[in-house]
Amino acid sequence: MIEEIGTTEAGELVINMGPQHPSTHGVLHLIITISGETIKKVEPHLGYIHRSIEKMCESLSYRQFIYVTSRMDYLSSHINNHGCALCVEKGMQIEVPPRAQVIRVLMDELTRLASHQLWWGAMAMDVGALTPFFHAFREREAINDIMEETCGARLTMNYMVPGGVMADLHPRFAERVKEFMRFFRSKMDEYDELVTNNVIFKSRMQGVGYLSRENAISYGCTGPTGRASGVSCDMRKIAPYEVYGRLAFNEILQTEGDCYARYLVRMAEMRQSLSIIDQLIDNIPEGDFQAKTKAVLKLPKGEFYSRVETARGEFGVYIISEGGTTPYRIKFRSPGFSNLSALDHMARGHKIGDLVAIMGTLDLVIPDIDR
Amino acid sequence: MISLADITAAINHWLYATLPGWAALLVEAVIVGIAAITLFAVLGLVLVFMERKVSAYMQVRLGPNRVGPGGTLQTLADTLKLAMKEGLTPDGADKFLFNLAPYVVIIAAMLILAPIAFAKGFQIWDLNIGILYVSAVSSLSVIGILMAGWASNNKYSLLGAMRSGAQIVSYELSAGISVVSIVILTGSLRISDIVASQQDGWWIFKGHIPALISFVIFIIAVTAETNRAPFDLAEAESELTAGFHTEYSGMKFALFFLAEYVNIFIVCAIAATLYLGGWMPLHIGHWAAFNHVMDYIPSSLWFWGKTFFLIFVIMWFRWTFPRLRIDQLLNLEWKYLLPISMVNLLLMALIAVEGWYL
Repeated sequence: MIEEIGTTEAGELVINMGPQHPSTHGVLHLIITISGETIKKVEPHLGYIHRSIEKMCESLSYRQFIYVTSRMDYLSSHINNHGCALCVEKGMQIEVPPRAQVIRVLMDELTRLASHQLWWGAMAMDVGALTPFFHAFREREAINDIMEETCGARLTMNYMVPGGVMADLHPRFAERVKEFMRFFRSKMDEYDELVTNNVIFKSRMQGVGYLSRENAISYGCTGPTGRASGVSCDMRKIAPYEVYGRLAFNEILQTEGDCYARYLVRMAEMRQSLSIIDQLIDNIPEGDFQAKTKAVLKLPKGEFYSRVETARGEFGVYIISEGGTTPYRIKFRSPGFSNLSALDHMARGHKIGDLVAIMGTLDLVIPDIDR
Repeated sequence: MISLADITAAINHWLYATLPGWAALLVEAVIVGIAAITLFAVLGLVLVFMERKVSAYMQVRLGPNRVGPGGTLQTLADTLKLAMKEGLTPDGADKFLFNLAPYVVIIAAMLILAPIAFAKGFQIWDLNIGILYVSAVSSLSVIGILMAGWASNNKYSLLGAMRSGAQIVSYELSAGISVVSIVILTGSLRISDIVASQQDGWWIFKGHIPALISFVIFIIAVTAETNRAPFDLAEAESELTAGFHTEYSGMKFALFFLAEYVNIFIVCAIAATLYLGGWMPLHIGHWAAFNHVMDYIPSSLWFWGKTFFLIFVIMWFRWTFPRLRIDQLLNLEWKYLLPISMVNLLLMALIAVEGWYL
């Protein structure tokens, strides 16, 4: 139920949190109504960085529009690109060579690791611990370097193309990834010591921002947010794409539905990603890294949908084609938008400090919400 | 061996010999005032630099290393930058209170410097209620913070100020009771007496477990009183942007910043005085030779060493722990620290009455 803005009872205070605020991690604008320190209502206002990405895509060719999606959820740019490439491949019925499939999955998982690392640091900063942020960045830097070597970019990679990947792996890729894995495994234990088992951190997280399974489903929460409430929604398991179907990894589920559960899901996911990379890094098949495709791609008339699991949840690409070289209409289903919609429900009755903690565990990336 | 006490006594003697009584007193007051202000400024610079270096090493980075040798002049450069900035007063702010608040905070911090014994016989004002004076004046700074938060005409500032008020007033109790437990042992409120009573051993060792408990409670309480992480709710960067000093800029902000660091120094100096013997060297019972060797280390070095060790501990807290929530913060005080320190006070009284300390 939507209540009118600005209706306050006696003793209530309306505060604009954002668009420029240290813990909204971007230009998110929350209008919060508080009574003392207790939150009565949270109303997210969007539109500050709306770039009409969906509309822009309508005038870009099927090769070009993929690159715009890197600018949505910039922390999962590989995975966004992957989702779009999958959708175009589905429409064109392009067979992706096995080598390209493995490279894509490797890159996805590295991206997921990098994204979760950044989230870990940023979330610790939200609850007031500044040091983990720098530790997280030290590890993330190693992944960025690996990406830079192979893709030529560190944040918006634009590495996936319809039919495979843009270039072959750098010769030192496998070696460097293994080196990173050795380094990172030892750091995961350090993460647990510094944050996971910290008494203050636990007391800030446990029992805060409860989201029941039913509500998670009705708000459309996916990714770690949904899985922490017990919703099985890992696209890599439900609708396996590329080589995920034959990999051994677990879908992490928690039932508590609070901030700590969301935290634990992401921490466990990092370990799962490491195990996926472990399984693949020595088994990259030889062959082409890209299928032979025509210079100009034309999707047949029809509607196509593909979905992938980004670091934040289910990312869907819906293309309506009229048979031309550009899509007639594109719709992206971004995980952050749905996750944000549950914020009001989760934050009511908690304190201001909890709101920040809840936002931290939702892992919001604003350009993803505000396309 | 020349000690600081000899130097001050010599200056005092020379002034009274050359000038009439009132003029000598006036000159001494001016000298002390200038010394206190200089100490204040230097402390601010040193502690800010120290904090940046400590945090840098905890965060796997180098910290300031460009301005001056090893980055030592970085804080000076920052201070110059702040001094040149415009001190804005927001529209709708209560101009008088807004501009007054930083001075209230900094004056409260400055006043507490008076009874602190920096070295043997080196103290601005050894008044007979020294520690009571410290407790009384240190609670004045909350008035400045509330003023700043209220006068800023900013909701974040107001929330920060309210939090700060609740926090400082609550934690004052535990800090006060911890102080009282040492006063019970020494039987005097005078700082020099408290230090002298630790001639044959520091209270943290002599006072058995109750002294240790009251030391821990004191450190927790003063961390909260100085609004430092994990109790930095009044500033709470990720929640309230900058809390009560959100609207302050330029030198007015710098004064808050300076006061924060001087307050840290003061509370650590008090903790060092009460529990770690102030300027008193480490003496162990009847080990005459050992005690004699320790006496050769100047008393000022002992004082500064202990104080900076405690400051380091408090900085360590800040860069390791997440922040508590406001209700958890108040629960910690009223449900845990206060009852524990009250029981501890009774135990301490028992120890004092029975004379179980050495």
